[in-house]
Amino acid sequence: MKTESVLEKVFATGELAVTGECGPPRGALPDVVKNKAAMLKGYVDAVNVTDNQTAMVRMSSFAASVFLRQMDLHPVFQMVTRDRNRLAMQSDILGAYSHGINTMLCLSGDHTQFGDHAMAANVHDLDSVQLIQTVRGMRDEGRFQGGAEIKNPPKMFIGAAANPFADPFELRVARLAKKVKAGVDFIQTQCIYNIDKFETWMEGVCKRGLHEEVYIMAGITPMKSAGMARYMKKKVPGMDVPDELVKRMEGVPKEKQAQEGIDICVESIERLREVEGVSGFHIMAIEWEEKVPEIVQRAGLYPRPQV
Amino acid sequence: MITAERKPMDEIMESIDGCGRILLVGCNECVTVCAAGGRKEVALLASALQMASMKKGRALDVREMTLERQCDPEYVEELAPHIGQVDAVLSMACGCGVQEIARRFKTTRVFPALNTTFMGASEGPGIWAERCQGCGDCLLGLTGGICPIARCAKRLMNGPCGGSGNGKCEISDDVDCAWHLIWERMKELGIEDRYEDVISAKDWRTGRGGGPRRIVREDLK
Ligand code: SF4
Ligand code: SF4
Repeated sequence: MKTESVLEKVFATGELAVTGECGPPRGALPDVVKNKAAMLKGYVDAVNVTDNQTAMVRMSSFAASVFLRQMDLHPVFQMVTRDRNRLAMQSDILGAYSHGINTMLCLSGDHTQFGDHAMAANVHDLDSVQLIQTVRGMRDEGRFQGGAEIKNPPKMFIGAAANPFADPFELRVARLAKKVKAGVDFIQTQCIYNIDKFETWMEGVCKRGLHEEVYIMAGITPMKSAGMARYMKKKVPGMDVPDELVKRMEGVPKEKQAQEGIDICVESIERLREVEGVSGFHIMAIEWEEKVPEIVQRAGLYPRPQV
Repeated sequence: MITAERKPMDEIMESIDGCGRILLVGCNECVTVCAAGGRKEVALLASALQMASMKKGRALDVREMTLERQCDPEYVEELAPHIGQVDAVLSMACGCGVQEIARRFKTTRVFPALNTTFMGASEGPGIWAERCQGCGDCLLGLTGGICPIARCAKRLMNGPCGGSGNGKCEISDDVDCAWHLIWERMKELGIEDRYEDVISAKDWRTGRGGGPRRIVREDLK
């Protein structure tokens, strides 16, 4: 074991791991964090805490992660390179680890243009691959990125994202390989709706043996309505929602669309768990956390292993 | 070249408000090429300023000059005989030219008529695009001759991000994804395998991170 991370331990059992997501609120509202987290408790192994998601100001991932720790949950502390330079990021990593946070996700983040501070300077001192390298260096070499020694180095289990649906598709396996080379331990993918395409990507991943070097969690987001399906298809960069899926959502009456979305999600997990190289599921039920227990149970991922 | 665009007329008028005589100074270099501040643009702005002043019922005396290079003290010196006769200088050069005038003529106000934008190249008639951010430690040899610092919206050195689609950047369909271009070029050069070399964290000291930069060449001093 490289770390004390519960997620790492679950992966090591060989069972499918499950993570959820908690998006911090746009206000100093600790109860919102706690309520969301409480809905996930017992049904997931760890909970991603997003970092100024969609480039909108929210309660910091660090602070919200600390609330989760206090509830005896295991946060996956997300960090985007957009908002902070390497000094700020490394000091947050020290702080987080000191609060018992030992799992993180390294991202570059959505462009500022998509958020409510489009006028902000975006930092990008490091990119996500360089952040992975930095966190690994802190852990394995006990050194800051600048080279100085760290007293009691933070031992982070290091995650990153992969989007098999972005272009150029032929480059997407190589991009994963690059993250593996940089030292990533686990991957959470973009929400998967186009399962055929995901399978093609995974074939490429397995052909190179990358699934043996990194745990890959398939990203899942239940759709609440046909409107959401259309929005994701058209407006969200790097999202691939096949027409059949939009049609299937549109084909049921409005009041039954949410249930249809959950059904699709459970069916997807059932198919994806058979795909070689899939080590778990990352369920991003955005502002719909209360549905996670149902999804996890119906997909046969409950109870969660005790590690 | 350094590219620039003319400021809005109202902003220029406001900056020279209260001046009766101004010296409008263009530059023969980059801003001429990008049609922002050469002899032609100087003439156009001079008449526009006079018309705008007339409308306000004021007289404005505009003297026009276009220097060979406004960022070069040797040419800026040509302004010396005229400076005493004007209330202010309005510069149509890039920010370097404006500052060179300010440095040489300590008691004369100088205003920029342009917004200096980027270091770029022409992509066709009337189109210029950013190419370089002067990071001081050029990576182009590693990235197939396409700059990820200037041309990737997130400055990724190991892209592309998950937002790249159909060759375009996630920020706009009008912006090419730099990493898509890099990848295509690597394929053309037959060096795809180099893509997986991780480019490590950059030392920004050679760029803005190190504070204002200077070049000192002992051999030329
Ligand atoms: S790598 Fe640096 S010097 Fe080279 S083109 Fe890009 S910004 Fe300019
Ligand atoms: S889409 Fe391409 S150019 Fe735009 S931010 Fe991502 S990698 Fe950079």
